[in-house]
Amino acid sequence: MLVRILVSLKPGVLDPQGRAVHHALEGLGYSGVRNVRIGRMIELDVDEGTDDDTIKQMCERLLANTVIESYRIERPQS
Amino acid sequence: MTFRAAVITFPGSNCDRDMAEALRIVSGQEPLRIWHGDADMPDGLDFIALPGGFSYGDYLRSGAMAANSPIMRAIVSAADRGVPVLGVCNGFQVLTEAGLLPGALMRNARQNFICRDVELTVANNQSLFTARYDADQTISIPVAHHDGNYFADDETLDRLEGEGRIAFRYEEDCNGSQRQIAGVLNAAGNVLGMMPHPERAIEQAHGGTDGRALFESLIGELVSA
Repeated sequence: MLVRILVSLKPGVLDPQGRAVHHALEGLGYSGVRNVRIGRMIELDVDEGTDDDTIKQMCERLLANTVIESYRIERPQS
Repeated sequence: MTFRAAVITFPGSNCDRDMAEALRIVSGQEPLRIWHGDADMPDGLDFIALPGGFSYGDYLRSGAMAANSPIMRAIVSAADRGVPVLGVCNGFQVLTEAGLLPGALMRNARQNFICRDVELTVANNQSLFTARYDADQTISIPVAHHDGNYFADDETLDRLEGEGRIAFRYEEDCNGSQRQIAGVLNAAGNVLGMMPHPERAIEQAHGGTDGRALFESLIGELVSA
């Protein structure tokens, strides 16, 4: 069973990488970009029936640093 | 007197020998070297050092994998018992990831790896690690990092300042750190994390000796205790 975790910096935490990429997009002539935030996607292949609580624990304990990052759990339909 | 120090080595640590050498020079005694996979810590340690480097290749986040290695449980329990713990650079990142220190170390604000001497202000000279410095003394210590941009929320920063837990500040902004924080202490004062490398400023040949007083403070405090 596929579970996707999307980890991104919390709103309000400056994202220097996103800012640099934003500048680069503007340099390519894309003037309509308002903001860029860069995160990370983690795909987990887990046993059927693995519950959200367990996935949440994985996020809190290792996959995200909740001081600076938030995360979203997605279960794509296969 | 005996000074039983231990230096932890993770796969990817690269300042562990420098740290061990600094401890040997200042204390006159050979520190123990401990591998990350060891689950037990020898009894009766006076001090534990987490060195700089790129533990586990900085996979996921700097320090995140090391913070979950077997030896960290023993380090957290030693720190809880009051054993002094110093984390330098990657060691600082490991300490925040392990929850022994508040905040997080993010990518430098200007995205660049910085490697040079920086001027620091000794913001607290009353700690176990800084007693041999003068209040507000300016010292010069090398930095070498990509992820040294200290972040914590305003409430945490206010609390750290109010409790005198900021040990060192950069005199000039070099990496985007909130309130130019270069080193922080835990609430009990026995855990210090800092991005600059005091172990690289021990002998004249290093270009400066301002790091020496940190180790002298620690050893002096422990011996007189």
